[in-house]
Amino acid sequence: MTMSKTLHSGAYRHVWDNERLLSSLMIAPAILYIAVLIGFPLVLAILYSLSSATTGDPSISFVGLRNFIAVIQDPVFQKSLKNTFIFTVVSQMLVIVLSNILARALLQEFKGKRIVRFLILLPWTAPIALGTIGWMWMLDSIFSPIDWVLRYAGLLGAPDAVLGTNPNLYWLGVPGLAMSSIIIVHTWRMLPLATVILLGGLTAIPKEILDAAEVDGAGFWRRLFQITLPLLLPIMSIAVLFGVVFTFTDIAVVYILTQGGPFHSTQVLASWAFFKGIESGDLAQGAAIALFLFPVMAAAAALILRSVRRREVT
Amino acid sequence: MATIEARDLVKQFGTVTAVDGVNLLSKDGEFLVLLGPSGCGKTTLLRMIAGLETPTSGKILINDSDMTGLPPRARNIAMVFQSYALYPHMTVFNNIAFPLRPLGTKKSQIKKKVEWSAGMFGIDHLLLRKPRELSGGERQRVALARAMVREPSLFLLDEPLSNLDAKLRTSAREELKQLQKRIGITALYVTHDQVEAMGLGERIVVMNDGRVRQIGTPAEVYRKPADTFVATFLGSPPMNLIEKEDMLVGFRPESFLPLEVSSKDYEQVPFEFEVTWLEDLGSDRLVYGNVGIQSPHRHVIAKLSRNITIPIEAGKTYSFAVLKNEISFFDRQTGCRIDKEIPLCE
Repeated sequence: MTMSKTLHSGAYRHVWDNERLLSSLMIAPAILYIAVLIGFPLVLAILYSLSSATTGDPSISFVGLRNFIAVIQDPVFQKSLKNTFIFTVVSQMLVIVLSNILARALLQEFKGKRIVRFLILLPWTAPIALGTIGWMWMLDSIFSPIDWVLRYAGLLGAPDAVLGTNPNLYWLGVPGLAMSSIIIVHTWRMLPLATVILLGGLTAIPKEILDAAEVDGAGFWRRLFQITLPLLLPIMSIAVLFGVVFTFTDIAVVYILTQGGPFHSTQVLASWAFFKGIESGDLAQGAAIALFLFPVMAAAAALILRSVRRREVT
Repeated sequence: MATIEARDLVKQFGTVTAVDGVNLLSKDGEFLVLLGPSGCGKTTLLRMIAGLETPTSGKILINDSDMTGLPPRARNIAMVFQSYALYPHMTVFNNIAFPLRPLGTKKSQIKKKVEWSAGMFGIDHLLLRKPRELSGGERQRVALARAMVREPSLFLLDEPLSNLDAKLRTSAREELKQLQKRIGITALYVTHDQVEAMGLGERIVVMNDGRVRQIGTPAEVYRKPADTFVATFLGSPPMNLIEKEDMLVGFRPESFLPLEVSSKDYEQVPFEFEVTWLEDLGSDRLVYGNVGIQSPHRHVIAKLSRNITIPIEAGKTYSFAVLKNEISFFDRQTGCRIDKEIPLCE
């Protein structure tokens, strides 16, 4: 006790020995970053959503919840809200199923595994705009190579073809197909990260547990559904949380591929907020649209994180 | 009840041969221990018998029927792993019930069997807990109960006591042995701990470098080791080996005694023993030194029990002796025992 006292009150006590000061200093950059780049715009968005600001006149005069009421009554907003849920839920379901399959495949030893892993990661490493522009060509209304393959296979363009007599499917020009297209492209883009997260989770499951299940007589499906997936659930929740938040707030795929069209059939909240707030100049309503899902997202994030903590295994 | 047989079993991982031509036959209801240092292939051998590894060549027979290519679930075996491998997301009840579910056992029957198995290990009050809420000893019991619930024909154990503390390990060893005797199940037990092996095994299979070096009762492998590996792997301190012409002469430290306490009823082989160092371990005294022979290998250890009170000091020379019938001879080149009774070592 006396010794530590002398050490602590000694003349050579360094500033770095003060844990409270040190921890504050170390966390400061992160807090600063969040405050400036996330906190400030968020506060600004809240202020705008309660005002009548436009790009021409960004001064803030409060109008209460009028923007929110106007936005909710707007049929395009209602459609965007529905689309956002479809877009998010379907793409995340696809991502979870496909990433589980991919991660399990990548766990096996096979020739060319490294190349396959590299290719799978590629969509995540390539800039999203570039990747999506590539898809734009793939889904082109005239030159689409997918259509070309379908025509070649006799499924499209022939008098009795299954997919119709038109020479093209017009992926981005027909409402249902356009929604499918943005879901496919977004799934393609989100898949790598989810796969890597799940791969990490899979390798963390002790091999002895899977061996034990095998010796206990469990076949492949029983092991998958009763052992692997439940043990993977905490990490899968993280992947889903990330995917959901990312998808809800994403604009790139929709903006580049369809601009929300045709007839707002692929309009999502993020793109609608952008078109309304920035392109049409109605900052206030744009902010209201963008903020609309904020409480829902925050609640979802809190809920998932809580359930993850509860499911944590020793 | 079952017999287990391995015929010329080989397992290669790339260029490494983990198990190298193992032949093994258990008796019905026997407690067979696989003993060897880390990396000697004993766990790989066990995993092949369980069906978790496919042998590169050779055969595995359970009750004389060929099981080599069959998956684990076709073998009616149970296995207890070193880490216990309990399913962390399931309650103790569901952990124990797990092996019953693939068999299509009825719900009421499952409940009955789980309670029976849990009762056998005294864990019936823990059925609703999750594995993380259990102590090490309790987890081990759950693992055993899970293994037993199906009433398997063969029981495989991979170092199941190594995660317990020393005190618990002794009592768990005793319980395990009692249980195996009571049920009469054939058990194959892997360990690197010679005390466990000697205490538990009806016969011990000593392995090194993927090969079986000796199969015998604990007394046989201890008193008549098949080669210098077995001689020095078993026993603490290991068997003394000194050179004599083209042979190695081996005797246990506890057989190397001061002449005055060595038994006069048998033929004695006396040595001049120059003591260099002493250690008092409480129950025993370890006496280090050199015997008076012309050889570079003449360093030996004597282990004197507490009741031998003859004063011994470092730096002095004493007369020690070994009984002739406690001496083993080994070929200096091959390390094999020179004794026609034990043919295993080639």
